[in-house]
Amino acid sequence: MKNSKNILEINNLKIYFKTFEGISKAVDNISFVLKEKETLGLVGESGCGKTVTNLAIMKLLNPKATILSGEILYQDKNILEIEEEDFKKVRGKEIGMIFQEPMSSFDPLYTIGEQMYEVCKTHLKLSKTESRDKGIDMMRRVGIPEPEKRYEQYPHEMSGGMLQRAMIALNLLTNPRILIADEPTTALDVTVQAQVLNLMKSIQEEFGNSIIFITHDLGVISEMADRVHVMYAGKLVEKGTTEEIFKEPKHPYTKGLMESKIRREYKSKTLPYIPGTVPSPQHFPDGCRFNPRCSFVRNICKEEEPHEINIGNDHLVSCWLYVNGGNKLEDN
Amino acid sequence: MEVINLKIIKAKNIKKYFPIRGGVFLKVTGYVKALESINIEINDFESIGIVGESGCGKTTLGRIITKIYDPTEGSLYFYDEKGNEYDVTNKLDKSIKSTFRKSIQMIFQNPYDSLDPRLTVGEIIKEPLQIHRVFKNKKEEIDYINELLERVGLSATYTTRYPHEFSGGQRQRIAIARALTLKPRLIICDEPTSALDVSVQNQIIELLKEIQNEFKISYLFISHNLDLIHHVSDKIVVIYLGNAIEEAPADELFENPLHPYTKVLMSSMPSWDPGNRKLDKVLVTGEPPSPINPPLGCPFHPRCTYKIDACDKIQPELLGAEHKVACHLYD
Repeated sequence: MKNSKNILEINNLKIYFKTFEGISKAVDNISFVLKEKETLGLVGESGCGKTVTNLAIMKLLNPKATILSGEILYQDKNILEIEEEDFKKVRGKEIGMIFQEPMSSFDPLYTIGEQMYEVCKTHLKLSKTESRDKGIDMMRRVGIPEPEKRYEQYPHEMSGGMLQRAMIALNLLTNPRILIADEPTTALDVTVQAQVLNLMKSIQEEFGNSIIFITHDLGVISEMADRVHVMYAGKLVEKGTTEEIFKEPKHPYTKGLMESKIRREYKSKTLPYIPGTVPSPQHFPDGCRFNPRCSFVRNICKEEEPHEINIGNDHLVSCWLYVNGGNKLEDN
Repeated sequence: MEVINLKIIKAKNIKKYFPIRGGVFLKVTGYVKALESINIEINDFESIGIVGESGCGKTTLGRIITKIYDPTEGSLYFYDEKGNEYDVTNKLDKSIKSTFRKSIQMIFQNPYDSLDPRLTVGEIIKEPLQIHRVFKNKKEEIDYINELLERVGLSATYTTRYPHEFSGGQRQRIAIARALTLKPRLIICDEPTSALDVSVQNQIIELLKEIQNEFKISYLFISHNLDLIHHVSDKIVVIYLGNAIEEAPADELFENPLHPYTKVLMSSMPSWDPGNRKLDKVLVTGEPPSPINPPLGCPFHPRCTYKIDACDKIQPELLGAEHKVACHLYD
């Protein structure tokens, strides 16, 4: 998987929102690539810009958003410059999206079958009976029992886990090359989450899609991703393979997140935590955006933004602690 | 400190059915069987954890103990600080109402919904004090509110601000301050951290622990997060589809889970170790059945890999001394 081609390239993407409280720098100059057949984990807390980034890839951004700079390259074309009419052939067909709330992302007025037919009609030019066969077959493959019955049902007649499976089946109808999964299991119970995650893995093996997996849950990422990118306050602060990030987290924020897992040994001890709260997007601090919560903070962190430093093994970190050839500076 | 184990609450065979109405005349067409015969006892300065998936009835149990709901069957007893027993199964008696409400408070899951957006932080915390007429003197009241706010890690200058001006973590701190105002003996924490950012969750848990030690409060922790429940509880009750299926001290339950469902729950937790992934080893299939039509016998039998003959016929009882389990495999 290491040397596979890039399927999606995002360069210097900058998205700001104008709000009453000022300009919100939701996504500030981020770059990353998605390789073929890999799962890229995008981790971050609420408001860090992970969803906005992916809405930009889907060209579904709120009109209030301004894309100041950057490009999103898919098949050598900049998605941001493709006309909406032309992009309709890509969205849903070549790039699919699975949302967090299966309950609210289906239209409650149409049956699952009708919604599947809509996809088949627009993208695959299938007739009603053809799409019924395809839909039922796909629902069976994602593990929905009695797919013939489910095909005729409305979203409210199904449970959350079943709907999320239906959502995955719906996305697979067109066999998209890229699947964006935005917190796909957050609304599900743990036992159901395990099943849906396993399903996504086996589907990737079968269909060979690339997946961007967005979540705040590092545990889920450890199970799913090949590479992990950590986002904080509109910036990508650390990139690396999943093994590297979990074994050798470098950025103080990533380290803090890793320690926030409540381990058995902590019982009757004080839990480690990151002090402070996530800053609101209108009031990101100067310099490194993590500096007010960082325990290694130095003067430079408050003044200048750190740039990305490669510390080997495809491991990149944006932190002043690592400017000296990847070695942590001793003087604090 | 000498601990005299005073009881606060005892719930016996609590059952709660919610009627489903349908048709033109809204006749009762069925019941959501939220809880079936749950027993629980909470003593002073003790933490009990309730763990289970969504829809298993854990929130309903919390709400019955706070008397937001009345149980359909079973009895609920409340003990005052002198150890007198009061039957609070039905409507609260006037003589005990004020003591009961002061003694038991609740912290809700979502601090975005549980604080009145039209009241300032000061008013939110003041409300219980005024209802129970705790202070005669305004100055004392203000000092007390400021002290409370500072205790939960907020500035006393926040009293004039509104909830929308705060982040999720700060709002949960306000909710904790509100729960503390009347010096309760028991606080029900219903998923207190699950709506918060990961990096903030541990701060709130630490705050809850500090407060417990300082004020000697008991907690009933309700959560789906096993790690959290293990960390904060002395004793854990696992609930599945309205039935308590296993009950044990926290460490014992984690070292030696007995019920197949408890084992499944534990194996479904992600590993946090990419070199040692484990979710593909999870054996369970399907989802919890609907509480409107629970299966006969053991509620877990349709998903259980160890199912034997008796499982779909006879409902197992919760048996055992320290470590109780409701499963035919251990009969």
